Amino acid sequence: MTKLRLTTPLLFTLLFLLLLGGLWRMDASSDRILNGIMKLGWLVALMWPPSAGGVLPELLVSLMESLAMAFLGTLLAALVALPLALLGAGNIVGNIFLRFSVRRLYDGLRGIDTLIWALIFVSAVGMGPFAGILALAVPDIGVLSKLFSEALETADKRQVEAVRASGANRVLAVRIGLIPQVAPIILSQILYTLESNARSSTVLGIVGAGGIGLALSDRIRINNWDEVAFIILLILVMVAAIDWGSRKLRMKIIRAA
Amino acid sequence: MLAIAIAASAWIGEVSIARLVRGLPLAADYVAGTLPRLRLDHFLADLAHWMWGVEDWALLLADTLLIAYVGTVLGGMIALLLSFPAAATLAPPWIVTIIRRALELMRTVPTLVLALIFVYAFGLGAFAGMLAIAVHTAGSLGKLFAEEHENASLTQMEAVRAAGGTWAAQMRFGIFPQSLPGVLSYGLLRFEINVREASVLGIVGAGGIGEELYLAVRQFEYQDISAILVLILVTVAAIDLLCGRLRRSVLGAAT
Repeated sequence: MTKLRLTTPLLFTLLFLLLLGGLWRMDASSDRILNGIMKLGWLVALMWPPSAGGVLPELLVSLMESLAMAFLGTLLAALVALPLALLGAGNIVGNIFLRFSVRRLYDGLRGIDTLIWALIFVSAVGMGPFAGILALAVPDIGVLSKLFSEALETADKRQVEAVRASGANRVLAVRIGLIPQVAPIILSQILYTLESNARSSTVLGIVGAGGIGLALSDRIRINNWDEVAFIILLILVMVAAIDWGSRKLRMKIIRAA
Repeated sequence: MLAIAIAASAWIGEVSIARLVRGLPLAADYVAGTLPRLRLDHFLADLAHWMWGVEDWALLLADTLLIAYVGTVLGGMIALLLSFPAAATLAPPWIVTIIRRALELMRTVPTLVLALIFVYAFGLGAFAGMLAIAVHTAGSLGKLFAEEHENASLTQMEAVRAAGGTWAAQMRFGIFPQSLPGVLSYGLLRFEINVREASVLGIVGAGGIGEELYLAVRQFEYQDISAILVLILVTVAAIDLLCGRLRRSVLGAAT
């Protein structure tokens, strides 16, 4: 306890100095901040009233494209993650080296942001929603595999043993004894991923990977702030709708289970 | 119903199995093209060749961490201030509703969109990126902190009130000590997330390593792409490890 008392003020001082140093390195002069705030106020004034700029159908189509990307990206990730998760679960794969390397693979996929994947896939497979789907799926494979294998590890062993005892092989034992136990958890994690992807998919267009982001960054570039505000509102409505729908579904799954 | 949804999104997303089959080898080739040539007999020379820009990149990574740190701390401070009036047990309902809606707005607008707007208002560079992260952090942490305060027991707060403490004093001495471990733990978790987010802000000109990566991808400097990605991965992994330790010790000290 005494050690804590001596080091806490020192730690706070160091962290505070780091904060000031950081602000200094970022050129956070009072001039710049004031100017920026004035400009921001001016932008917000320009945003009112939001306007679709006469291309509402086109915007809705790109919004749907974002949503479709999120949906297919999540689906693809879940399909790939399930077998990978089996390889990473301690109660299924005994080989510790295989398990270790599979788990590092998950970490690697997760460690790189969706947008970086989008950059890479845009130059690998060309612009468009296809690159976006891949970019959403790849880091999610890492996240979902990890969550799925943790779910699998907490499952009850006795059901697997019962299936084994009735003479089934190992694959069948996992399929019948293990998967049904974790299915509700897995489904609700997939829904969470869908929510998060619905958010991410709206910005992928900024690097050319399809969806509403392209329209948004274009409007910012040409200073049509009323349309920017409209697109942001569209995004907020879509995200809220997806969250609402996904929450309903999750409740249903939990109640059924 | 699932089948209909899949078909509809495949149609809108311009995806077909043929395209997937054609696209995947392209993506694999691309990834293979970025891999460096590391031979065992001149391993060090090859490594040096691959990591030729490591000094610049390390500096940019340090900037990225700084953006994440300052953004997390400033955002966390705003979140802490807003979290007390956002806790249903501590403030009148109409204030709670207003603050909660504001926090929701702050966290729903994507960080990158905020960054685009702030780059326009505050000029190119790390400051805009830091602000974008701070706003998003304030929105998400504000909600989590408020939930943490709601779980705190009210007896200590009532004791401070009985002693004549103001509302601020009740929060500071009655509630905050109880929610502190949760607050610190969520703050550390957010820092981890923000490091990842900060690594892409450079793509829209908001500072950090993202700009260099964007350039490498744009100019098809294949080996630079993999070198920078490896550096980002190592940094993210190191931060995750460090924060995980700190989080466990914070939560351990509390119990």
